[in-house]
Amino acid sequence: MTINEQQDLIIEDFELFDDWMDKYEYIIQLGKELPLIDDKYKIDDNLIKGCQSKVWLHAELKDGLLHFTADSDALITKGLVSMVIQVLSGQQPKDIADAEIYFIDKIGLQSHLSPTRSNGLLSMLKQIKLYAVAYQAKSLQ
Amino acid sequence: MSGNSTISTTRKLDVQQLRQDFPILQTEVYGKPLVYLDNAATTQKPLAVIEAMNDYYTSSNSNIHRGVHYLSQKATSEYEIVRQKVQRFINAEHLHEVIFTKGTTESINLVANCFNRKFLKPGDSILISAMEHHSNIVPWQMACEAHGATLRVIPMNEKGELQMDAFTDMLDETVKLISLTYVSNTLGTINPVREVIEQAHAQDIPVLIDAAQAVQHIPLDVQDLDADFVAFSGHKMCGPTGIGVLYGKEKWLDQMPPYQGGGDMIKTVSFEKTTYNELPLKFEAGTPAIAEGIGLGVAIDYLEQLGLQNIYDTEHALLTYATNALRQIDGIRFIGQAAQKSASISFLINDIHPFDIGEILDKQGVAVRTGHHCTEPIMNFFGIPGTVRASLAFYNTTEEIDKLVAATKKAAMMLG
Repeated sequence: MTINEQQDLIIEDFELFDDWMDKYEYIIQLGKELPLIDDKYKIDDNLIKGCQSKVWLHAELKDGLLHFTADSDALITKGLVSMVIQVLSGQQPKDIADAEIYFIDKIGLQSHLSPTRSNGLLSMLKQIKLYAVAYQAKSLQ
Repeated sequence: MSGNSTISTTRKLDVQQLRQDFPILQTEVYGKPLVYLDNAATTQKPLAVIEAMNDYYTSSNSNIHRGVHYLSQKATSEYEIVRQKVQRFINAEHLHEVIFTKGTTESINLVANCFNRKFLKPGDSILISAMEHHSNIVPWQMACEAHGATLRVIPMNEKGELQMDAFTDMLDETVKLISLTYVSNTLGTINPVREVIEQAHAQDIPVLIDAAQAVQHIPLDVQDLDADFVAFSGHKMCGPTGIGVLYGKEKWLDQMPPYQGGGDMIKTVSFEKTTYNELPLKFEAGTPAIAEGIGLGVAIDYLEQLGLQNIYDTEHALLTYATNALRQIDGIRFIGQAAQKSASISFLINDIHPFDIGEILDKQGVAVRTGHHCTEPIMNFFGIPGTVRASLAFYNTTEEIDKLVAATKKAAMMLG
């Protein structure tokens, strides 16, 4: 599935929810379910510190595809992080670097991407892009 | 409230009535009535303040202090009357001891910059406390770095109270100034500033009081306290943003060099030599925030009309109600349990991240603040990532507290 197909799938899922509580319960459930990162990668080197919540991010290139694992200390952020991973992990570095992430806005969680709120999610997306650009440059060498 | 007391002049505020003075309190967020409990960040503004600023731009707008024409004189007079109001409000001895700034942060930076340029030498020290806002830490760190001095921290206990024994032990001949918050924005602690000032003055050490979280809650008399400097912001006392006050005793302000150079702060200028203006203009370079100043004047009128003691009593009753109501929530833990507290409540629930609670509260129309509240050292002291902070004002109601409690229970259920 392409990155945009993955995003559209999430947006479609969210259209089923009638109110904000169901939406948040779903995101929180995602946050609770996933062991998103191996403990050995949950280190300060992989820490992206936001003003409010922390995110740990680890990137690995396998067979030309870029894989991400991550975690957050806040549940709602963690739920969003897991969706970002669902959308971007296992894709080509070039596609990740070029991707436009619109699903967070479309499902009504855009406040998490507000630069003034400066929490971990926005910094994580920037970091993912940086990894993608770096691996893309490497593959071109 | 204390109706049987013969000396008390307090009266119960009609909260439902005075809420009508604040247009924003009638609004809704996400289709729910706004429950605004982020008053320590900024208070809401009564219509009179909003209208005064509007009137200024509609009928008086002009630059002040130097215009020959009618409007300039009118604007100057409206602006300078506010200085008199501030003088009366805090009971300063002299009018020129009231310096207008952008806010508390600039007031503290002004002293950190100018006092220290004159008085701070290598080997000296400045005292602050473990519960300061970043804006009462960083300016002193910068000054200490610049002058080879040391910043020392008065410790607090687990309840969030200043350790006065330790403070007394720290007073030595190296201490050139003490800068202390009157009320902690995170913990709500009301510090024993009178005792601190007394002890400091016994050794001729001046004291700056950061009154950003006090001036709108507690009657303030700078002469009675004998504070050397007092800093506060307009926007935390029902006034506009962009205007604040530095009170300083004349004897210090006179000795300090100017802060910024520019218009208004000079007497004569030539390329060889500039002579500086007298107080207060010496510290007020450039065109000030005129409309905001006028708005602050109306805010002071408003608070005085309610009466600071009445405000304190009303908020204290609300604090007690809120603390008791929140205590019923399973797993709640209060951060900051000082015996003397202002109406600001920081809490956590089990190990739920405060950011998550804040977001679920927001969706229910309840505005609180989450995070470290610009007091990272306090978070490190308690070993927590942040807190949820509900900070109350006199216009909040017990019904709003009930909504906070219900909304917090719902958040705990969803996140637990």
